[in-house]
Amino acid sequence: MIEVIDLHKSFGSNHVLRGVNLRIEKGESVVVIGGSGSGKSVLIKNIIGLLRPDSGKVIIDGIDITVLKEKELYEVRKKFGMLFQYAALFDSMKVWENVAFALMRHKGIREEKAKEIAIEKLRMVGLVGVEDLMPSELSGGMKKRVGLARAIAHEPEILLYDEPTTGLDPIMADAINDLIIEMRNKLGVTSIAITHDMNSAYKIADRIAMLYNGVIIETGTPEEIRNTENPIVRQFITGSAQGPIKIEGVLNHA
Amino acid sequence: MNPVENMGRMLIRFTEETGSILLLLCSTIKHLLFPPLDLRNILRQMIEIGIRSLPVVLITAIFTGMVLALQTYTGFKRFGAEALVGSVVALSMTRELGPVLTALIVAGRAGAAMAAELGTMRVTEQIDALETLATNPIKYLIVPRFISGLFMLPSLVVISDIIGIIGGYLITVGLFGASSTIYWKRTWDYLEMNDIYSGLIKAAFFGAAIALISCHRGFYTSGGAEGVGKATTGAVVLSSMTILVSDYFLSAWLFK
Repeated sequence: MIEVIDLHKSFGSNHVLRGVNLRIEKGESVVVIGGSGSGKSVLIKNIIGLLRPDSGKVIIDGIDITVLKEKELYEVRKKFGMLFQYAALFDSMKVWENVAFALMRHKGIREEKAKEIAIEKLRMVGLVGVEDLMPSELSGGMKKRVGLARAIAHEPEILLYDEPTTGLDPIMADAINDLIIEMRNKLGVTSIAITHDMNSAYKIADRIAMLYNGVIIETGTPEEIRNTENPIVRQFITGSAQGPIKIEGVLNHA
Repeated sequence: MNPVENMGRMLIRFTEETGSILLLLCSTIKHLLFPPLDLRNILRQMIEIGIRSLPVVLITAIFTGMVLALQTYTGFKRFGAEALVGSVVALSMTRELGPVLTALIVAGRAGAAMAAELGTMRVTEQIDALETLATNPIKYLIVPRFISGLFMLPSLVVISDIIGIIGGYLITVGLFGASSTIYWKRTWDYLEMNDIYSGLIKAAFFGAAIALISCHRGFYTSGGAEGVGKATTGAVVLSSMTILVSDYFLSAWLFK
């Protein structure tokens, strides 16, 4: 179980998270929606300990990770897998070495065996015959799949997705959505995704939470969110430029 | 902005960066002392810094030795001291030019590459990805580069010293027709082990400084492709400045 309690984070004078509260049950799939610059990425990076909050707690299975020492934090990290927005594959390594990275480093699995497992994980995400290619030889959608294979290779309990469908064509995006659902059903992982792609959110979420002005302003099932009365959420999910959300730095002629 | 404010700002930036580099040095040393070390990565970096820099280092060393001999031979001839060319070349190469020129070349080649590679890894979130795979990026990326810089630069300098002295020989004996016996005798007569050692100590310091400064700039890159460019330029400039300034103080301390 993951619990985020009253999380605050600033960068200089920019107060990005202003008291985020969020609770995610084991095996649940939660999607955090919000506009660009709303702090979704900052939230997800706090959950995995890439950033430390200014105040507040992030509790993973009963442990507050915001106070852990480096070494203990790395132990907790082994429960996580993360898919980055642009996959963030190590470009100096072959595809299979990317996927097998954690296996070889932390589980002491030998190279031939690790490659076998990597090929197996690649097949799980729908890729065959790419293991000896370099990441630069792959398309955007394939990179994301390899990134996902790398994230699941060490059999994590929690998967984080940073804008999983951004930058993909609609068909490829839907294929990634299917994969995310498949991962949850097959592996029973808890998943947290951040996105502003509502199609994706409706499809993969058990529960959707909207981040606005540094706080979670509403959570609910996809159905509840679809029928919300909240004007801010309404504006966001219908994708309208008119409404209570002002576009920063742009004059509003409403 | 008035000039005093500007100077203050620069001073603060300088102090901040120095502090940040020293902090990075501390955690690098901490990770260095607690194995396991990543031998495969260390070897790769040693090849990158050492072997791949070798051709440029060789060319620089031989021409430096040659031009030293050319200049001192014609100069010293005016007061009949051309027999001393061997000593001048040997002392200049081992004490000063071998370490400094090799370091400047490595800063331009390997330092730039380190900053660009780590900077790209930072802006494409590969460093974050390492973290999420429970791998400490300092241990994985910076320690191997630091070790390679520390050991490969002195190794390159040994080669550079030898090649420089051979370059001097080619000109003195080959071009000016001076006695080969005298060149070698003068080389050995005035060259002490201390000259070589202190040159190598300087080289080790330069190697460590280049790796640390360049990794630091790369590691803390922000701002996309432009940021990577700035980090790379900054790494080479700051490394070169550090080499030249610290060279004076190290020399004053080592050769007193």
